[in-house]
Amino acid sequence: MLDILKGPVLSIQEFFQLTGRTLKNLPKRPHYPRDILNQMDILGVGSLPIVLLVGFFSGVVMALQMSRALRTYGAVSQTGPIVAITLVREMGPVLTSIVVAGRNAAGIASELGSMKVTEQIDAMRALGTDPVQKLVKPRLIATAIMLPCLTAIADFVGLLGGYLIAYGVLKLTTSEYWNGAYRAIEYNDIAQGLIKPFIYAMVISMVGCFCGLRTTGGTQGVGLATTQAVVVSSVWIFVLNAFITQIFVTL
Amino acid sequence: MRFERVTVDFGGQPALDDVSFDIRNGESRVVLGESGSGKTVILKTAIGLLHPSKGRVFLFNEDITGRREQEMFSIRARVGMLFQESALFDSLTIEENVSYPLVNQKSIQLDEEQTHQRVEEALTFVELGHTLEKFPSELSGGMRRRVGIARANVTEPALVLYDSPTAGLDPITANNIMALLVKERDLRNATTVIVTQRFQDGQIMAKYRFDRDSGELRAASSDGGSVSGLKFMVMREGKLVFEGTREELGLSTDPYISKFVLRH
Ligand SMILES: Nc1ncnc2c1ncn2[C@@H]1O[C@H](COP(=O)(O)OP(=O)(O)OP(=O)(O)O)[C@@H](O)[C@H]1O
Ligand SMILES: [Mg+2]
Repeated sequence: MLDILKGPVLSIQEFFQLTGRTLKNLPKRPHYPRDILNQMDILGVGSLPIVLLVGFFSGVVMALQMSRALRTYGAVSQTGPIVAITLVREMGPVLTSIVVAGRNAAGIASELGSMKVTEQIDAMRALGTDPVQKLVKPRLIATAIMLPCLTAIADFVGLLGGYLIAYGVLKLTTSEYWNGAYRAIEYNDIAQGLIKPFIYAMVISMVGCFCGLRTTGGTQGVGLATTQAVVVSSVWIFVLNAFITQIFVTL
Repeated sequence: MRFERVTVDFGGQPALDDVSFDIRNGESRVVLGESGSGKTVILKTAIGLLHPSKGRVFLFNEDITGRREQEMFSIRARVGMLFQESALFDSLTIEENVSYPLVNQKSIQLDEEQTHQRVEEALTFVELGHTLEKFPSELSGGMRRRVGIARANVTEPALVLYDSPTAGLDPITANNIMALLVKERDLRNATTVIVTQRFQDGQIMAKYRFDRDSGELRAASSDGGSVSGLKFMVMREGKLVFEGTREELGLSTDPYISKFVLRH
């Protein structure tokens, strides 16, 4: 029984060691700004199309679904506020993070994993660079900056999607929808909507890096590490989301 | 470089088992052994990429056992290493690969111009001066190996470690690579450690010297004797089973050891 638990417990311990080392190294030089910018490009610009699509259609679907429920109370005019609140608080952060997890946790894990199995990580260490500084830190910083931005963009196109339905299908006026949405959102919601992706960004980048760096066993190992990175980071995002929501609800 | 009763464990049978040896400044060493005998592990342990579970490792007379990663960089800067599969960074060009240690090692302060010049020199030395802008994936295995050699030597380290420099290459290319290593060794008087499965590699290391005047390899001595300060080691399943000169190696009657010696 203890033997079964030993593996996962050791992994979790190693994961927090890596995270601790990365956070401790954050203020330390060298910072490799070029790598950070490069990662921001891959992560942010690269994920933009899919984030736009997912954000837009979740706004559309939400407006359609909510309008049915609201109609039974004769409150179709409340579509704006409801779409805004669900998007900013929950759907925007979680959906964007899941999409980015699928795309970038996998990307990070497979890239670092291939570097590990071809001895490039060892070579890096031999040639005077710390992989934590050179590989992990830029990815953490880039994700932590880009994911909240992507979430804000997804929120906005989601609202836009909701507006198209509200205006075209539900026959609300433009000002009815946008004023309602604008008034419904409080500072609390915006805080929640930005803190969440910030935390999930740490999960995505650290899980991706961790799975990549501990890859063993050739190309097959790389595939395994990639799958693991996506599954583990997605599960963590959902679990953490429940906790963070709970905290904000009781605030 | 000195190992004192070093054991390296990955769980299961130890990869290195109670290994002790000493390589002095300016000497060279050829490490033979079949696949999986622990040759790569020796080199990685020597520069602190792997950590021994028992014993002590010394590099330039400093005890590096159990040193933290951050404290290793200054001493690693004095060592060059060629990895078994070259381990070039495939997202970087050949020029960026070779300049990597120059740019990233704190002890080296060169401006862009000087860096470029050093890289070009190092690549010209391995006869690849025309590939600066290419990516590693565009080169053949032998060319990648030579880029790896240039990268290991570009900082002019006092100690150079070569992991299987000829593995997977045809005999002609392999001999060319060995000639390069001899040239590199004799021009800079660097301490050289070569890990290999091919006894011929050791022969070349032992029999030839680079002659500066003619720019060619010459027999080290007229009677077929060996380069001084060169010793052989033979590894078997993590154990060091032989250490001595080429002549002693030739006299060994142990069947495993003499497997590595070609008798003409
Ligand atoms: N990172 C590692 N994790 C687990 N076991 C390892 C690791 N590295 C090496 N080993 C084991 O250590 C032993 C020695 O491996 P090593 O790579 O040193 O062999 P080698 O002599 O270099 O062989 P080759 O000539 O094929 O390169 C092998 O049994 C190998 O399985
Ligand atoms: Mg090897």
